[in-house]
Amino acid sequence: MSTVTQQAPGDFWEVEPHHHHEGASTSIGFWVYLMSDCLMFAILFATFGVLGASYAAGPGPKDLFDLELVALNTAFLLLSSITYGFAMLAMVKNNKNGTLGWLAVTLVFGLAFLGVELYEFNHLIHLGAGPQRSAFLSSFFALVGTHGLHVAFGCLWLVTLMIQVSQRGLIPANRRRLSCLSMFWHFLDVIWIGVFTFVYLLGMI
Amino acid sequence: MAIPSEIPTTFLLGRLDWHAIPQDPIVWATGVVVAIGGAGLLWILHKYRLWSYLWNEWFTSVDHKKIGIMYIVLALIMFVRGFADAIMMRLQQAIAFNGSEGYLNAHHYDQIFSAHGVIMIFFVAMPFVTGLMNYVVPLQIGARDVSFPFLNNFSFWMTVGGAVLTMMSLFVGEFAQTGWLAFPPLSGLGYSPYVGVDYYIWGLQVAGVGTTLSGINLLVTIIKMRAPGMTMMRMPIFTWTSLCTNILIVASFPVLTATLVLLTLDRYVGTNFFTNDLGGNAMMYVNLIWIWGHPEVYILILPLFGVYSEVVATFTGKRLFGYTSMVYATVCITILSYLVWLHHFFTMGSGASVNSFFGITTMIISVPTGAKIFNWLFTMYRSRIRFELPMMWTVAFMLTFVIGGMTGVLLAVPPADFVLHNSLFLIAHFHNVIIGGVLFGLFAAVYYWWPKAFGFRLDPWWGKVSFWFWVVGFWVAFAPLYVLGLMGVTRRMRVFDDPSLQIWFIIAAFGAVLIAIGIAAMFIQFGVSIMRRDQLRDETGDPWNGRTLEWATSSPPPAYNFAFTPVSHGLDTWWDMKRFGQTRPRAAYVPIHMPKNTGAGVIIAGFATVCGFALVWYIWWLAALSFAGVVIASILHTFNYARDYHIPAAEVRATEEARDRQLASAGA
Repeated sequence: MSTVTQQAPGDFWEVEPHHHHEGASTSIGFWVYLMSDCLMFAILFATFGVLGASYAAGPGPKDLFDLELVALNTAFLLLSSITYGFAMLAMVKNNKNGTLGWLAVTLVFGLAFLGVELYEFNHLIHLGAGPQRSAFLSSFFALVGTHGLHVAFGCLWLVTLMIQVSQRGLIPANRRRLSCLSMFWHFLDVIWIGVFTFVYLLGMI
Repeated sequence: MAIPSEIPTTFLLGRLDWHAIPQDPIVWATGVVVAIGGAGLLWILHKYRLWSYLWNEWFTSVDHKKIGIMYIVLALIMFVRGFADAIMMRLQQAIAFNGSEGYLNAHHYDQIFSAHGVIMIFFVAMPFVTGLMNYVVPLQIGARDVSFPFLNNFSFWMTVGGAVLTMMSLFVGEFAQTGWLAFPPLSGLGYSPYVGVDYYIWGLQVAGVGTTLSGINLLVTIIKMRAPGMTMMRMPIFTWTSLCTNILIVASFPVLTATLVLLTLDRYVGTNFFTNDLGGNAMMYVNLIWIWGHPEVYILILPLFGVYSEVVATFTGKRLFGYTSMVYATVCITILSYLVWLHHFFTMGSGASVNSFFGITTMIISVPTGAKIFNWLFTMYRSRIRFELPMMWTVAFMLTFVIGGMTGVLLAVPPADFVLHNSLFLIAHFHNVIIGGVLFGLFAAVYYWWPKAFGFRLDPWWGKVSFWFWVVGFWVAFAPLYVLGLMGVTRRMRVFDDPSLQIWFIIAAFGAVLIAIGIAAMFIQFGVSIMRRDQLRDETGDPWNGRTLEWATSSPPPAYNFAFTPVSHGLDTWWDMKRFGQTRPRAAYVPIHMPKNTGAGVIIAGFATVCGFALVWYIWWLAALSFAGVVIASILHTFNYARDYHIPAAEVRATEEARDRQLASAGA
């Protein structure tokens, strides 16, 4: 083994106080969480892919889906993503009221989406096409319902954040939270595009 | 147990009534022992006024070191339970011949083999590995804590919640009688109408949330919190294997969660995902659960490959042979682990092409594993090996694991698998790799890092007793199962007709007794070491002449781990520091920014556990209430913005000066 004649390659300790950027890990952490959530949806999509044609002599997509209603719902969700983007732009400009206003608009669109979805579910169940009817309907309700559940929690989170922003303003912690919810909200949009395409549009062909 | 065919449901208590208490003297006796033990524990806690100490210093702690230790304590407690199940099975199978029914009825026996698997994987191996990573990784990368300290505490308590639900099933109701993966349609409502599978589902879901979150946490910690200069290819091997394990956790546990959600819907809502009728497909479940399940076995073994690497490098006093190839082998295994899941059910009948594909990928995955074995051997080659206990465990691992690996390659051949599927040969194989790989590695790790965690070494004599009983006991217990499996005996059998088989089961039961002595010796070792801690004291913080950064701080480390951030200039940073005569700097101490303790994790996880219990028993009002509790407590937690504090410079100085005196007295 070599003796201690070699020169040390540099300092081995940082004596200056090491400044960790507050919340530096939050956005990558949230990304990783979103990817894990994405995987849950991947399983639900795969389940729909396998079971989506198992109608068990019951109704199929063409008997059940009302594309115009779903298109309206899609519009609600896509618009809510845009308005959330406006909220983020207002946040960047340090405009607290603008942020809160656009968040409120986003919330309205989110709730409208949920309302239409609940109406659709209720309608299907009323037709005797509930999740128990066939494997197709089981996987349909599981996929669309899980997405809806995410939107519902997103709305709850949105309300929480609106209270926190109005209480404390656009402090760094709240900005971080707003960007996390932003990623979450856009993520749900992306998932919905998958749902709209693979479940509704392909189902009607 | 007499389960009424129609289970009456009341509003207040759901399905819960007096029938839920198992009519089984074995369970009663266990209940009495547990109650006496629990009462004794509570009494001691009360008498020595330990409650506020436990709550303030441990339960609400966000310190990764304390959380790591709590994970391992949980794992050890559950290990005793899981082993009790094991020895009950060995006894039953050793005596249930020649018309004897043994001493366990079918209902009880089926719960035992299910609980044994679930507990050993989810509540022993997982928390043990997670605890180890929690403790060691931040120290190895020169960090002060993990990226999300509160989340870490919360994850731990969710794991505890899952364990509590699983344990509760022993005394209130029943556990699943389905085997550890609860395949439908057996796990469906039609064939498992009572609460067993529901306990299984909610126990795993509650714990699964914790596992996924802790996976995200450690993954981000390794990516973002490394010391300056520690590039990816300068990370200690244990950190590398932890990184890959946490990637696997994040990329596989959501699959388990989703799969169990679908099974839950089948049981609670009446959907038809895995049912026999209305288009359901039970093999979907088997595919999905193994898409999680196969990565899971690598989640368990990879960190231990890291442990062996650290141990071999330390106790040979050499840099690890083939560091780069070790990293690439780990990454290869990470990726390949997603391409082999179907080998768990070649008999599904997916055809020759599909089976060949998965057979070949399975054989390929043994190549990087083999490369690792050679790297360890070449590190040991012509070095002065110090045969301390961790090194002994490592040698035992290499001998045992290679055999287990080879029987695994045998099973990877589809035609051979058609003969051996679900036989005791399979049971012997996976115990061969899980005990010989995961458990031996965990024992090596406990002995290796114990001085770091507690400031004193473990007693080597009792450790060696434990070692020899374990290693010999393992082979005596499982070699007969290989033989029986080759003779065609299937797993999970309660009684046997062929008296010629009995001798093998008796040998296996004898092996289990040897293992029991090994376990007892391990606990005695802990006790003896605690009593003799003054003689075993580690003053230097570096008892093994280690190579990586965790040995650069005191044993046990201060709350902030390092007063100054270490800088890495290559592999084995602490070894370099020693080589270049670098000592701890004497600069002006500054206040250290740290996260504050919080009880929110305990509270939210407590609500989640109650919610799981209520769902098991169909107590809907309680489920709704406790779920609301989870949501509200989580939201309230986000209103707390004051989550950190500063350790004053004077306190840091006092701690570091005490450390100076300690080092001086140790003559370092």
